[in-house]
Amino acid sequence: MNPQTKKMYVSETVASLKPSGIRRFFDLASSLDGVISLGVGEPDFVTSWSIREASILSLEQGYTSYTANAGLLELRQEIAAYLRRKFHVEYRPETEILVTVGASQAIDLALRAIVNPGDEVIVVEPSFVAYEPLVVLAGGTPVIVHASGADGFQLMPAHIERAITERTKAVIICSPNNPTGTVLSPAELKALARLAEKHDLLVIADEIYAELTYEGEHTSIAAVPGMRERTILISGFSKGFAMTGWRLGFAAAPEELLQAMLKIHQYAMMCAPTMAQYGALEALRNGEHEVEQMRNSYRRRRNYFVASLNEIGLPCHLPGGAFYAFPSIRHTGLTSEQFAERLLLEEKVAVVPGNVFGTSGEGYIRCSYASSLEQLQEAIKRMKRFLERL
Amino acid sequence: MKLSDKELEIIEILEKDARTPIDVLAKMIDLPVEETEALVHKLEEANVIVQYTTLVDWRKVDGHEGVTAMIDVKVTPKRGVGFDEVAERIYRFPEVKSVYLMSGAYDLSVVIEGRSMAEVAQFVSEKLSTLDSVISTTTHFILKKYKHDGTIFDKGDQDRRIVVAP
Ligand SMILES: Cc1ncc(COP(=O)(O)O)c(C=O)c1O
Repeated sequence: MNPQTKKMYVSETVASLKPSGIRRFFDLASSLDGVISLGVGEPDFVTSWSIREASILSLEQGYTSYTANAGLLELRQEIAAYLRRKFHVEYRPETEILVTVGASQAIDLALRAIVNPGDEVIVVEPSFVAYEPLVVLAGGTPVIVHASGADGFQLMPAHIERAITERTKAVIICSPNNPTGTVLSPAELKALARLAEKHDLLVIADEIYAELTYEGEHTSIAAVPGMRERTILISGFSKGFAMTGWRLGFAAAPEELLQAMLKIHQYAMMCAPTMAQYGALEALRNGEHEVEQMRNSYRRRRNYFVASLNEIGLPCHLPGGAFYAFPSIRHTGLTSEQFAERLLLEEKVAVVPGNVFGTSGEGYIRCSYASSLEQLQEAIKRMKRFLERL
Repeated sequence: MKLSDKELEIIEILEKDARTPIDVLAKMIDLPVEETEALVHKLEEANVIVQYTTLVDWRKVDGHEGVTAMIDVKVTPKRGVGFDEVAERIYRFPEVKSVYLMSGAYDLSVVIEGRSMAEVAQFVSEKLSTLDSVISTTTHFILKKYKHDGTIFDKGDQDRRIVVAP
């Protein structure tokens, strides 16, 4: 409040957003020395040198101006080829692909492009922290459906159907999932596709972790028959290619939807960073082998870490993708915030309390295993000590 | 020898870090400890895993003297045994660290370690050049090792990530 004018400068919508629960933990963890952090939602690899080198070369050659609003055509062509090769989906590079500033911006654009005031968007929790506020900022109403740990956090189409109303516009799904690591099975995706068709809904599919799928191939919901026309497929380079700081992602959608997103993008962003686009071009052309090596490395660490969590008494399903383990801490009698805070203060291991990702995350903690094997071993040792003391 | 996927994984993991504890290794490849131990043993017996060694940065050791040279050796192969016989004569010397048969301008690449340049020079002139089949040698001394067998000596890539992130 400004005392003179009594005017509220910050919009009511923004003022109504609750502060990110991760922020408080970040401040606490940063104030301590010797912390092993399993709280990081990004790869522990530095971007591969060939990608960095390609981007440096583009700078040396003076590619420092804007690109086309939708991104370099060459890059969109590579993205189209990549989506066809890996996920068997077809998009036209000229009109159906948009290069964005991270998957984050693509999610924001998708919501702003489709939501009318009061439209409802279904979000399945526990979920990535950005969906709900972005729905609100787009003028929509988030409707929360809870996945249950008892079912390994699988999507429950029946629960989703119960949440559908006249105003439901879209469902946001994320597979492999942050924070649970759960991968939706082709059968579940088909069930969701039937719902979407029956109720004429769009699906916003956040597939940013698609490259980090450990059992079999990633299935994109856009590849389910009939779904291409009602899916906004979102992915990017941050996780699979270890390029978080580059801020580069993309969306693929039928022309009408994609052009609507592009309209916002050209006013609000102009284009994604040029040097990052040149790096991404190299990533798609020659990066496959390194992605595979990183995937193997995560898979082994997942196996070690999840087996060890179960061994020390933190029950955890084996996550099929991403780099998160989401064990239950319910039997300790602590809330997930109490557990995380005490673990941090007493043993200097930082994890993220599950309630940050929605009320159905209560009773769980998110541990990222994108840390060196030595650090994971030490973290397990400390967590074991902590549990024995409880 | 055809290896299973699990055996290949064991090799990949141990090649990066031979000191990975067996229980950790077992969990990483999702097998019981005894079975993992048996597989490692089998790979050792078959000489697929030949040796576990330590990569040392000798520059960090005060008072250490030592030079490494890579020598390009041209030889005349012998009927029936090709290059193998002369290669064996060379690799049996303890100061020879490695010997490779090469395609291209010369035949054998020989890596030698000695306490001083003089010592290496003496070895080349007295032992290597005097072998019957050796036609010529070209000696290159290594001035600095930046990276060896996939490992960068000066680790610049420390963890720069923020502590907690969504
Ligand atoms: C599920 C999910 N979607 C999107 C993002 C954002 O990715 P980007 O770096 O491409 O904006 C993240 C990052 O943590 C994520 O976990």
